[in-house]
Amino acid sequence: MKVPLSWLREHVDLPAVTAQEVADRLTAAGLKLEAITSHGHEIKNVVVGRVLEFEELAGFKKPIRHCLVEVGEAAPREIVCGATNFAAGDLVPVALPGAVLPGGFEIGSRKTYGRLSDGMICSEAELGVADSSPGILVLAQDTPVGADVVELLGLRDDVLELEITPDCGYALSIRGVAREAATAFGVPFRDPAAVSPPAASGEAWPASIGDPTACDRFVLRGVSGFDPGAETPLWMRVRLARAGMRSVSLAVDVTNYVMLELGQPLHAFDRSRLSGEIVVRRARQGETLETLDHVVRTLHEDDILITDDSGPISMAGTMGGLHTEISAGSTEILIEAAHFSATGIARESRRHNLVSEASKRFERGVDRELPLVASWRAVQLLAELGGATAEPGVTHAQVQVAPVTITIPADHPDRVAGMTYGREAVIRRLEQVGCTVTEGAAQTQSAAAEHGVAATGMVSTGDLADRLAVRGDDLITVTPPSWRPDLTDPNDLAEEVIRLEGYDRLPSVLPAAPAGAGLTEEQRLRRRAGRALALAGYVEVLSYPFIGARDLDDLQLGEGDPRRRMTRLVNPLSEDEPYMRTTLLPGLLKTLARNAGRGFTDVALFETGLVYRPEPDAPATAPILPVHRRPSAGELAEIERALPRQPLRVAVVLAGEFERSGWWGKGRQATWADAIEAARTIAREAGAELEIRADRHEPWHPGRCAELAVAGGGERVVVGHAGELHPRVIEAYGLPPRTAAMELELSALRPGGPVETPAVSAYPVATQDVALTVAVATPVAEVEAALREGAGELLESIRLFDVYTGPQAGEGNKSLAYTLRFRAPDRTLTAEEATAARDAAVALAAERAGAHLRGA
Amino acid sequence: MSNTYDPVEVTPLHADQVAQAQDDAVAAIAAARDLDELKQARLTHAGDRSPIALANREIGALPPAARAEAGKRIGAARKAIGEALAARQAELEADRDARVLIEETVDVTLPWDRAPRGARHPLTTLQERIADAFIAMGYEMAEGPELEGEWFNFDALNIAPDHPARSDHDTFFVESTASGKVLRTQTSPVQIRALLSRPLPVYVISPGKVFRTDELDATHTPVFHQVEGLAVDKGLTMAHLKGTLDRFAAVMFGEGITTRFRPNYFPFTEPSAELDLRCFVCRGSSAVPGNPPCRTCKSEGWIEWGGCGMVNPRVLIACGVDPAVYSGFAFGMGIERTLMFRHNAEDMRDMVEGDIRFTLPFGMEV
Repeated sequence: MKVPLSWLREHVDLPAVTAQEVADRLTAAGLKLEAITSHGHEIKNVVVGRVLEFEELAGFKKPIRHCLVEVGEAAPREIVCGATNFAAGDLVPVALPGAVLPGGFEIGSRKTYGRLSDGMICSEAELGVADSSPGILVLAQDTPVGADVVELLGLRDDVLELEITPDCGYALSIRGVAREAATAFGVPFRDPAAVSPPAASGEAWPASIGDPTACDRFVLRGVSGFDPGAETPLWMRVRLARAGMRSVSLAVDVTNYVMLELGQPLHAFDRSRLSGEIVVRRARQGETLETLDHVVRTLHEDDILITDDSGPISMAGTMGGLHTEISAGSTEILIEAAHFSATGIARESRRHNLVSEASKRFERGVDRELPLVASWRAVQLLAELGGATAEPGVTHAQVQVAPVTITIPADHPDRVAGMTYGREAVIRRLEQVGCTVTEGAAQTQSAAAEHGVAATGMVSTGDLADRLAVRGDDLITVTPPSWRPDLTDPNDLAEEVIRLEGYDRLPSVLPAAPAGAGLTEEQRLRRRAGRALALAGYVEVLSYPFIGARDLDDLQLGEGDPRRRMTRLVNPLSEDEPYMRTTLLPGLLKTLARNAGRGFTDVALFETGLVYRPEPDAPATAPILPVHRRPSAGELAEIERALPRQPLRVAVVLAGEFERSGWWGKGRQATWADAIEAARTIAREAGAELEIRADRHEPWHPGRCAELAVAGGGERVVVGHAGELHPRVIEAYGLPPRTAAMELELSALRPGGPVETPAVSAYPVATQDVALTVAVATPVAEVEAALREGAGELLESIRLFDVYTGPQAGEGNKSLAYTLRFRAPDRTLTAEEATAARDAAVALAAERAGAHLRGA
Repeated sequence: MSNTYDPVEVTPLHADQVAQAQDDAVAAIAAARDLDELKQARLTHAGDRSPIALANREIGALPPAARAEAGKRIGAARKAIGEALAARQAELEADRDARVLIEETVDVTLPWDRAPRGARHPLTTLQERIADAFIAMGYEMAEGPELEGEWFNFDALNIAPDHPARSDHDTFFVESTASGKVLRTQTSPVQIRALLSRPLPVYVISPGKVFRTDELDATHTPVFHQVEGLAVDKGLTMAHLKGTLDRFAAVMFGEGITTRFRPNYFPFTEPSAELDLRCFVCRGSSAVPGNPPCRTCKSEGWIEWGGCGMVNPRVLIACGVDPAVYSGFAFGMGIERTLMFRHNAEDMRDMVEGDIRFTLPFGMEV
């Protein structure tokens, strides 16, 4: 809302303060300043002049006039002017030499087109009144020559641009802002709506309300003999421009001006285009209307329409119809001022994607008592400025509605704020807002839904009002003013008192929260996993969770892969990525490629985040539950069932050197083994041991892919995969060769209980090395498991220190060299004991994995 | 020590033999060129098998009359050898310190970036830091799904389908606009989940990812992070809200940094306030004309931080909490925005793109 300060001052006796001070007070009251625009402060030395005579100069590309202009000085001045829209004797604004125009543009005396130009005749644009103007500004004949134009036209002004929150429909008007300003400065407010139109005689046009849920007040007033050639006066054009509205024609400008001033949207019909009774109703199937913008709109059955015998003539509160629009020849004008359903207009505006100044106001709630006043003000202006005659009739169709009343204990605002304002201050503040306050409880607590068309569409059933009721002693009953349909609940009243008393007065008191339990085990694990990966050399990324079908093709996922079952967005940012991710890898791989593209080819990245896995048998819709009570467990479960499963996953990708080459020697390329180790790192943080098996699983290299599993409740639970990516995936994503990746479901790792303290034996260790030969295809994990089991309790640790495949291992074999360390808790082991344990280990490895002791 | 001796076996060292052993030892010690050679000399001439040690061992086997003199003689020799060893040890160590260690000098300015360096994303660690400030006050961390039921994201928060506030949310709809499922536009649905699942009183903090249909640019991103706080207890007031946020501001930005409330509107709180933070760089001084400007708060003295208010009793009712008994407050702020002003991050795209140059300097904590 753009508020010219001069307009505001018309309705409130503001002290002599700067625009910034006014804005600060309004901001503190909840009307937040967006910007202050100053107009005309730099303009000086522009006066009213009379063109005495002029000579048309020939021989130039465009018509040029050399004028003699009287400016209230001893002698007239010579001024060259390129405009032609004036005649001798006309009064015009003249910038004298030394004048400054908006933008710091200085005017001097100079020679041009072969003549002296001792100043400049100004256009509206040059005076900063309009964005562009076809010619110079011609002033009214009664304007005094020599008068200061800035003063005369009120060019010097400041415009406050205020952000109006959705509950403050009333503040989308000079009237509403002026009321807040008056309260903020404690000065009188002159309500522009406090006028009593004279008693009407007869109707302006027959009209009725066909749907009381669509509209609860509908007012029409008419003028006749309107001069279609009448122009909007400059002062009105200046105000409209400063308030951000374009001047269209006098009739339209008047409706806009009244809307800006009072907050009541108006619509002007060409009465000669109407036929029969006007009815406000909802649209019927198949009805259409060609609107002002020449678009033929198909109407929805919930649309609120103004209709006559011919059918729809206007979409209520959003846009008028073309046929009944005021045209260049209209002389009979009918002004509509109505109170429509806020939700009805909100829906209509959204359905048709039509947001207008009117719809913005209706949606946020318009004063139901304005239509009679605003329509009166409009016809008065049309009569005064357009030479029309205001007709005596008024059409007033309405649905009876009872006022909202709210009963609260007088100290309710105190209890919400946590400080004492006192009964008197509470009542005074509520009255400043415009409320009527009476002692005691109302006979019947009435609720918002019973009051015509509710402001915000909040369904306020009697039951809800009852639950919202605040009990206590010293009750007062508050009737909010008609312009505050947003005040429906006890806390709405508390807010009014607290904000007007000042949020800066609130004390600062730290409440004593009960002792908390800190982070949950899962939350701690998530942090640990992140830290562990970062310490291991991975950089965290947070990529967008949007993917496209192409990502899954690029990952080489098969037709039936469960990761292809995705959730689609209705309005994705990009049609290339309309799905929610089912795997973290696409985002990470693209980020890796981006880093590589920027010259960072040795990169290790990780991400922790949710993936979205819709269940095949999930219901398509999640119900919208009632809000006036707690939903049942069954109702809540229905929502949960419709939502996809959203497990937390963690993934890493890495490429290039994982250990850098340098002056110390060669580095080490990132491999499948690093990817698997990243999984082990996380599992260790979870206190879980990973069981690793070879697997074939996209997008990994079929020979270099590990399945990661943990033991859970006696079962083996697969939690993820790791290894080197498939070369085709690497190519599709444009990744460095041999890029490796890991992804696992962190939610599936249940943090273990407390760690069992190990027994630390001080007895000496007995170390035995063994070299075993096994078939190349035998997984090392199997051999190690057998050695471990066979070695028995004396085994302290086992470490594979070499793997050899070559002629000495034999064709199709590999040699595995292990160090086994034995130690007893209570004695020094003898060589015989250690050897026996080693032999038992080798024996079991031979039995289970076909291992032979090398050299044996 | 043995009290018996075998006169046949025992041959006491002659004085000249002792003197010879001593001379040999001292000569060898003097000849040792480094600590290793000295160690060898010590073993040979003063070790367990050295002549002087053997002689010493035999003293006990000598006839009592001979013991005193032999002991005296051998003791003097051992002392002399010991002194020679110590002196040479000191000499050689000094020599090593002066020469050998110097010869081993390396260039300690050589770079060492052999092990890869990782880092956590500052948005993650900032969320943790904020959560920790509240956990220290007794709050617990609550979470909820990102793909959320519309009822949780809007209706239960007193944002009805036609409410003007709902259109401001630029919601990503899932599957169809009538599916009742959306990408959550705020972390506030976690409030609802917390109230429905936890026993009262409830004090929770919930950081998380949220979504709105903004295009990515320097100051907008369609996927961003918020942290939401909720307290519902008996007798909570706006003064408690102010006290909590003032405490939080002091923990995050230093003692003396407070907050300011400005009236605003949110459907889920009533009264509602915009939350400003006292500029932690200039502490408000830049807003006074004539003082140096401040880039962090753009010389306004305050930084817009988030929104807050008293939980709308309608929200409590939707969660089955009786507003006649309980009241509550809630607050929320953007993590990206906090990172921007706390760390002078100027472009949100950097937070999204995953360029390692952006993230690495943040390390493990922010």
